[in-house]
Amino acid sequence: MSKRIELKSLDVYYKAFLAVEDVSMVIEPKAITAFIGPSGCGKSTLIRTLNRMHEVIPGARVEGQLLMDGEDVYGPDVDPVRVRRQVGMVFQRPNPFPTMSIKDNVLSGYKLNNSRMSKAEAEEITEKALVGANLWNEVKDRLEKPGSGLSGGQQQRLCIARAIAVEPDVILMDEPTSALDPISTAAIEDLAVELKEHFTVVIVTHNMQQASRISDMTAFFNIAGSGLPGKLIEYDKTEKVFSNPTEQQTEDYVSGRFG
Amino acid sequence: MTDTKPKVVRRLGDVVFANLAFFAGVSILATLATVAAFLFAQSVPAFTGPPIDAASEGFFSYVLPFVFGTVYASVIGLAIATPLAIGIALYISHFANRKFAQVLGYAVDLLAAIPSVVYGLWGILVLAPFLSPTFNWLNENLGWIPIFAGQVSATGRTMLTVGIVLAIMVLPIMAALIREIFLQTPRLHEEAALALGATRWEMIKMAVLPFGRPGIISAAMLGLGRALGETMAVAMVLSPAAVVSFAVLTSTNSNTIAANIALQFPEAGGNYTNLLIATGLVLFAITMVVNMIARWVISRRAEFSGAN
Repeated sequence: MSKRIELKSLDVYYKAFLAVEDVSMVIEPKAITAFIGPSGCGKSTLIRTLNRMHEVIPGARVEGQLLMDGEDVYGPDVDPVRVRRQVGMVFQRPNPFPTMSIKDNVLSGYKLNNSRMSKAEAEEITEKALVGANLWNEVKDRLEKPGSGLSGGQQQRLCIARAIAVEPDVILMDEPTSALDPISTAAIEDLAVELKEHFTVVIVTHNMQQASRISDMTAFFNIAGSGLPGKLIEYDKTEKVFSNPTEQQTEDYVSGRFG
Repeated sequence: MTDTKPKVVRRLGDVVFANLAFFAGVSILATLATVAAFLFAQSVPAFTGPPIDAASEGFFSYVLPFVFGTVYASVIGLAIATPLAIGIALYISHFANRKFAQVLGYAVDLLAAIPSVVYGLWGILVLAPFLSPTFNWLNENLGWIPIFAGQVSATGRTMLTVGIVLAIMVLPIMAALIREIFLQTPRLHEEAALALGATRWEMIKMAVLPFGRPGIISAAMLGLGRALGETMAVAMVLSPAAVVSFAVLTSTNSNTIAANIALQFPEAGGNYTNLLIATGLVLFAITMVVNMIARWVISRRAEFSGAN
């Protein structure tokens, strides 16, 4: 399953502060869309609106429309909990539950929907998700060990396994490799490319090489100054954004002249 | 230049603080050792001296009802206090809005500052009469459960009243500690749960409670420690009898070790005093065993503690 996400003049607020202003874009299914831009430009804020995690922070709210395959994610009778079960998220720092085993971590999201599952079913889901996250071979002999005993890169792949175990429509990755070494980073990048076969993948990254390596579409965000809202400057195919951007700001950023 | 060993620089400040910390640590052990030595030394005459009227059937049959009373009252107290403390802590840390949570936090801390004599008086004058009708109801309707059976006390001054008073006494410290633990739950883990589509309660079950588990046990042990050693409130509420009885609503209740020492000590003389001190030694031993069990429970799942 993979869904098209449509943002229609979306404004994102923290209380009275407008953090991201007037974003309109279409995020394609079965593709990787990268959000790039300098720190504070609102890309992380924006990605958190896609699964309604933004509103977890008191006073945070959204105006405008966000459609997922035509359905309004912020509709009056939409339960944010439902939305989050369809949109998986991977965070900046690997965050497996330290009190759970590797297996329980993988199943943690799945258990929310299906409290009763047979042992065989649980094993099947665990294996499928861990294989999907390229982690199975490394952990298959220690599924009952704590997830916090893995290396950083393995923990991050465990988090990805946890996210895909519930078979979501969309996977959001908020700087998933910023805390990882280059080898673990490469593993996550390869994985992201595999994931787009089945999911809509959105990735926030500070690493422009990463965006150009793996993404199909790139959105560049920028702010005019501190205290001002972040804006979507340019959104296009990744080759276009990196080789021949329309906007001067984008060119300056991707060529490393600022930011 | 034969000696290539790097010269260790010793700074005055480091030396002073290292020693201060060392003595602080050692003084704890020294105090503990001194207390234990005192209890041992003073207990001996109770066994070697002439027989004591109060313990004519031997020390162990004398102390048994008190041991039972101590543990029973504390367990009742803890059984009531622990879920309440977890609930209060959860409410303050994850549900209440910040202003109200602060007020509630202060109120909980204030409860801890009330002296136990006041709790005792309150137990006798307010709680016991207030609970009396409830006790009758429990006895009539749930009397088939052994602990609610028997002749209900007319005064309401029963084991259950003591348990409730103890629960209220240990509640503040437990709630305060557990609240702190819950507030320490990494935001990252809470968000991980929420992003998986957990409701608030599911998030608490997935991230907050497992993370806080060792802290909850520690808090319960501190509460239990206070309940085991509590003297005045128990001494005032209970009219003791030397029995071992699980019935919590009757007027025959076993006393606790601490309350018994407080009640008997003023009139005790000779080796009766030593006998009371020997019961104190038993209390000391109970407390240690309880704490060791708690340590063991926590260490059993140390690798899943989240402290890494």
